Amino acid sequence: MQHKVIDTQDVVIRFAGDSGDGMQLTGTLFADASALYGNEISTFPDYPAEIRAPHGTVYGVSGFQVHIGTKGVTTPGDFADALVAMNPAALKANAKWAKPSATIIVDDDAFDEENIKRAGFQTMDPFKELNIEDRTIVVAPITSLTKESLKDSGLGLKDMERCKNMFTLGMVFFMYNRPLEFTDAYLVKKFGKKKPQMVDINKKVIRDGYNYAENIQAIASTYTIAPAKQEKGKYRNINGNQATAWGLIAASEKSGIPLFCGSYPITPATAILEELAIHKNLGVKTVQAEDEIAGICTAIGASYAGNFACTTTSGPGIALKSEAMGLAVIGELPLVIVDVQRSGPSTGVPTKTEQTDLAQVLYGRNGESPICVIAAHSPSNCFDAAFNAGKIALEHMTPVVLLSEGFLGNGSEPWKIPSMKDYPEIKAPVIDSCEGKFQPYKRNPETYARYWAAPGKAGLEHRVGGLEKNTAGVNSADPENHEKMVKERAEKVARIANYIPDQTVMGPEKADVLLVGWGGTYGHLLSAYTQLSEAGENVAFTHFDYINPLPKNTADIFKNYKKILVCELNSGQFADYLRAKLPQFTYLQCNKVQGQPFIVKEIVDAYNNIK
Amino acid sequence: MKYTAQDFKSGQEPRWCPGCGDHAVLAAFQRALPAICEDLGYTKERIVVISGIGCSSRLPYYMDTFGMHTIHGRATPISTGVKVANPTLSVWQACGDGDALAIGGNHFIHAIRRNIDINVILFNNQIYGLTKGQYSPTSKLGQITKTSPYGTVESPFVPGALVLGARGTFFARSLDSEMVLNQEVFIAAAKHDGCSICELLTNCVIFNDGAHMAFADREVRADRTIVLRHGEPMVFGKNKDKGLMLDENGKIKVVTIGENGVTVDKLLVHDAHTEDTTIQAQLINMKYPEMPVALGVIRDVAEPTYDDRVRDQLAEVKEKSPIKCMDDLLNSGSTWTVE
Repeated sequence: MQHKVIDTQDVVIRFAGDSGDGMQLTGTLFADASALYGNEISTFPDYPAEIRAPHGTVYGVSGFQVHIGTKGVTTPGDFADALVAMNPAALKANAKWAKPSATIIVDDDAFDEENIKRAGFQTMDPFKELNIEDRTIVVAPITSLTKESLKDSGLGLKDMERCKNMFTLGMVFFMYNRPLEFTDAYLVKKFGKKKPQMVDINKKVIRDGYNYAENIQAIASTYTIAPAKQEKGKYRNINGNQATAWGLIAASEKSGIPLFCGSYPITPATAILEELAIHKNLGVKTVQAEDEIAGICTAIGASYAGNFACTTTSGPGIALKSEAMGLAVIGELPLVIVDVQRSGPSTGVPTKTEQTDLAQVLYGRNGESPICVIAAHSPSNCFDAAFNAGKIALEHMTPVVLLSEGFLGNGSEPWKIPSMKDYPEIKAPVIDSCEGKFQPYKRNPETYARYWAAPGKAGLEHRVGGLEKNTAGVNSADPENHEKMVKERAEKVARIANYIPDQTVMGPEKADVLLVGWGGTYGHLLSAYTQLSEAGENVAFTHFDYINPLPKNTADIFKNYKKILVCELNSGQFADYLRAKLPQFTYLQCNKVQGQPFIVKEIVDAYNNIK
Repeated sequence: MKYTAQDFKSGQEPRWCPGCGDHAVLAAFQRALPAICEDLGYTKERIVVISGIGCSSRLPYYMDTFGMHTIHGRATPISTGVKVANPTLSVWQACGDGDALAIGGNHFIHAIRRNIDINVILFNNQIYGLTKGQYSPTSKLGQITKTSPYGTVESPFVPGALVLGARGTFFARSLDSEMVLNQEVFIAAAKHDGCSICELLTNCVIFNDGAHMAFADREVRADRTIVLRHGEPMVFGKNKDKGLMLDENGKIKVVTIGENGVTVDKLLVHDAHTEDTTIQAQLINMKYPEMPVALGVIRDVAEPTYDDRVRDQLAEVKEKSPIKCMDDLLNSGSTWTVE
């Protein structure tokens, strides 16, 4: 039959299945093929904590959402135009994310009585129960078709069944007129040398899925999404955790100081340590420590010894590292602490995204313990954010917390590859000799940073540590000295404001409402702002990368807006911080604490409620 | 350059109590360092002393070397970071029994397991001194302290047994007042490539006075301890008339030379270099009054170190990789060009 081919600006596709069904790979391959085709993309994996949760259960469902479009793709999308549900549990967990106009593809073979019951349906008609009977539902016997496709492949039954995600991928490729060549190239790269037969097997299954979708009546229309009009240049896909690792390596290169990472595995930050561990080729040293505390402590030791040190973790890890962060504060040692935030408190919902560690990193230490805090705002921006975190840490001799989020760390997007010649040099206050006895807490009068004298340099022998000291580095319990040192450490962090860019605003210089955000909500806020301003609303938008210290012109911006709406994925931690720092303004809030990113509509609704 | 002990004194006056065993350990360490520097070709600026929290952890302040007084229990990972960052440094760590074996116990065993090349001076006075007298993980069962007014109900660690359990490569034990032996132990630790644990049985005059007195008292020490040296027969006693042999079950027993046909050449000869821990474990676990307490370098086995392996792997990967700089990395893998 002839399919109607419809041109469209953008589509959102959600792949969902059991956590062992390979949905993350399917989604990634679809996203990569689209990026290589020239679309803008944004992805969001939404997976459970269990590696292989009991088969068929709702809590074991793993999802991967990908948003592709010609232009203006700033988020993984709110609701899906197409939903792939490999079993009843996946359908149950994800039906709410499907648009009323969505096409839903299900694997009929998995919709048997046992699976329907296991997913917690009361009846044998899940579609009716979910009230989605009016959607376009493609019921395809995906598992049996995959087995049929591979009956001569020599694979065992179990291995054949494992390929059903590739059959599904083929179907979705057909629906969206995707070229197959990019995925073919991936298969050759992955299997070419070790298991060449798997290249042909996967290629065949994808094509059989593609052809099956073309031959059935159920898919009446297919869609084309024209390539984006991208800026000229060389591109690659990058996810936030990889970008963070690379940004740290870049800071090491620009400073000429070797990178050391001491970490302990924790979701969703682990991939940064994994990525850094690969790059011994660029001189990166990694220690997988025995626990979170040892992770940061090896980094502190490495920093004292003259390396550019970092530790990577998530919220619970920050809690464990807090005492050592205080040691880096009082020892005035450069250190980047990456916190890829996840839902808390305690273990919380560990694979889900949130912005709930802000208060912890700002205030969660004993004593007066100021730390510079900056945040990344998109997967690829993690590169610049990590680079800047390194630059500040090294030039100002201070620990810096880089806040990322599960949403950024796991999310990916195309990235125009930068050139290192466009990045500034990093000049740490390293000294090799001094006149007289070295005074470890003598400061640069401009930055208030102390000087860095690593062991191995004759004549600079000195001791630092957790006990309060005077400028000469001698222990001191003198009351006035303690207060002086407390103030100097605070002043040093405050003066970082002299070295960061001014805050900028999108939209009018003066307006009724200013949308304010920080971190990984950038894409959603940008989309909301764009929608509102295109609808003629009198609104502007500003997004903070630098949190402590705030950019110096923050108050000058805020005073130009009648209402300030602070949007964040917590109960108001940044709003509270702003209230403490700039109490002359009133802050309205838009908050969500569900372990999920914003939906653009939620921000638009919040705006409409307060305007 | 030739150094003297004076070169390693910072000029800060030690604030330990008069009579505290830590004074003597500090003095022995400062006296050992000139020989260590000479033997191993170190200059002073390559010496780094890291400590945790506790009385003994004040030690870096009294040393005119690079140093860091850190946080409770964490000296070991901080030392590890220093050594991995710059393997040319000679890294020393001062820590107490509470610091290293209670709050820092996990780090302690993992540093040993990795065989990171650091030298740990473990001051074991079997008490928490800086917090004024609570029982520690090495306090004797039943010991009365401020937090165990009716006696402790928990068994102590034997630090050397932890070292063996973590597959350690170096363990020595000595007494605070053994000025000569302590220098010998520190020099051996410095020469050992890998994680060297030197347990110093120290006396806390205020909160646990005489904890080791039963065998450490000068009057009885020669008869109640045995100093082990690699390759030498296991002889001890004021009159050098006692020794150690294996009984028919392979257990170490005390014998008297000249009795029952025992001669020096029938005694066990100490082998610190053997990988096999059978005899070393028995020596480590010998307790007074049943047996003499073993002192000296009990285990000193050559194994590759963590920092060497890190360095070698780095060099190997660097050599093979086509990626030489950040721009190479950025442009590696799957990319596409928009014209």
